[in-house]
Amino acid sequence: MEYKSPVRSYLEETADPNNVLVNLGPSHPATHGTIQIIAELDGETVKKADIHCGYLHRGFEKEAEHHTYHKIIPYTDRLNYCSSLNNNFAYAEAVEKLLGIEITPRCKWLRTLLSEYNRVADHVTCIAATVMEMGAMTAFLYLMTIRDYIFEHLNHLTGARLTYSYVRIGGLSRDLPEGWLERLEEILQFHERYINRIHGLLDRNRIFIDRTRNVGVMTPEHALNWGYTGPILRSTGIPIDLRKDSPYLAYPELDFEVPVGIKGDNYDRYYVRMREMDESLSMIRQCVKNLPKGPVSVVDSRVVLPEKSRVYTQTEAVINHFKLIIDGIKVPAGEVYSAHEAPNGELGFYLVSDGSGHPYKMHVRSPSFAHMGGMHTLLEGYQVADIIATFGSMNMIGGECDR
Amino acid sequence: MIYQKITNNLKDLFDRSHDSHGMLVLELSPEKVLPLVTRLKEEFGFDLFLDVTAVDYPEREPRFDVVYHFYSSNQNKRIRLKVQVPETEPVVPTLTGLYGSARYLERETHEMYGIRFNGNDDLRPILLYEGFVGHPLRKDYPIDMEQPIVEYRKQVESGI
Repeated sequence: MEYKSPVRSYLEETADPNNVLVNLGPSHPATHGTIQIIAELDGETVKKADIHCGYLHRGFEKEAEHHTYHKIIPYTDRLNYCSSLNNNFAYAEAVEKLLGIEITPRCKWLRTLLSEYNRVADHVTCIAATVMEMGAMTAFLYLMTIRDYIFEHLNHLTGARLTYSYVRIGGLSRDLPEGWLERLEEILQFHERYINRIHGLLDRNRIFIDRTRNVGVMTPEHALNWGYTGPILRSTGIPIDLRKDSPYLAYPELDFEVPVGIKGDNYDRYYVRMREMDESLSMIRQCVKNLPKGPVSVVDSRVVLPEKSRVYTQTEAVINHFKLIIDGIKVPAGEVYSAHEAPNGELGFYLVSDGSGHPYKMHVRSPSFAHMGGMHTLLEGYQVADIIATFGSMNMIGGECDR
Repeated sequence: MIYQKITNNLKDLFDRSHDSHGMLVLELSPEKVLPLVTRLKEEFGFDLFLDVTAVDYPEREPRFDVVYHFYSSNQNKRIRLKVQVPETEPVVPTLTGLYGSARYLERETHEMYGIRFNGNDDLRPILLYEGFVGHPLRKDYPIDMEQPIVEYRKQVESGI
């Protein structure tokens, strides 16, 4: 069979005959994510890098145009699969804005709580994978333990460990099960205990500092120019955080800080994520304290499915259910861009509706994709081994990057 | 406030403006993109280029809307620009001279919709692969069309 390369690198020949071209990926044991990096090396130094993503492209936006608004929810899970709830909520908010629906107070606070909870899981995963690739197995196992507790706990709530599909347009699929909040506090305390160990293992670790300090450095202007958002932008010292700047959900009522870095190197990105988890924990506790009682979904039969008990007993409820499943929610014509602060940065949904049951156009502004656009600038000039450390700290998630 | 200022100061650089769920939307023609974005960046601090995409209206003339989103880090405001381009000449100027992030994002819009970004010399496919025929997010591209880069394995008829 004839072999055709799916990519055409702009690095086909080296400028200097002594340089070599090295291909990393798309499936490489030391990169977490399917991505291909073609690098021109002078000895151990990376001279140029060409980054190719797209190996996980599933045509999310095309699929979305052929599905009803509710049926898109499981697809959004698979964007950033380390923090599916954040994607769920960002998507739901975009549709709700178009519909003009105000979610219930309990739903608002629960979404905030779960966003932060999932953010912790995402940051934990990112740090775990990064340090594991640098050889820190103990830290990896500690962090994975926390992550698994969180996933098991969310499994109890949503029925899935990773792809939750927990949101519904206009609310949530179900309320908290009994004893969920008690277990939450246990896990938070467990998290604090383990995170202290991580601080002890990594913060002043000679090997870790050598691999991360002054590696992959960027200035604030550079980060803005290349479209970086989220913890990576904040690690350069710019306190841009959508939770503070353009508040959504219950964030205006929460008391929290926006941690920033000093230098914008790998170490700062690690530390900003660690500090963000502290803030998230504090926010989760505030949410638990302020969690109002009441229904989790709005009462609006145009949008929310009727209760099962009614569907089985009343004709109107059956018809309502049928119409919502087959035709989908009728979203008024218009367009909206709605962005949330996902663990990786600004996750925006640009939605165009023509008034029918499925979106006319759906576009995801995914942070990972924008981050990959400027990745080569962080690799060039450093060593081959630094690719792994820098790439890890970017927390590129294939599902979100390639859609 | 800032929206008011933009619509007043730059009123000869766009054709229409309206509000979309709290965000200012400016509609303009392709040749005004570069001067408008330059002024937005320099005078109003829209220093973060968030996104570019397109919307396809096969029945309409001109057929495509190219949609830009920008963010101003000191004002914490977003703005959307919409540019209509025809199918016969789907060309807009590139923004790579102003924003580095435009490099990747324009590549995606180029392969998905066939919009050409004049001046961007690197429009290789990014999410799709080399040799892909057509533009998958156009409305006339069937959702179930397949063009595998490696032939599917033929069904083996006998034996296991």
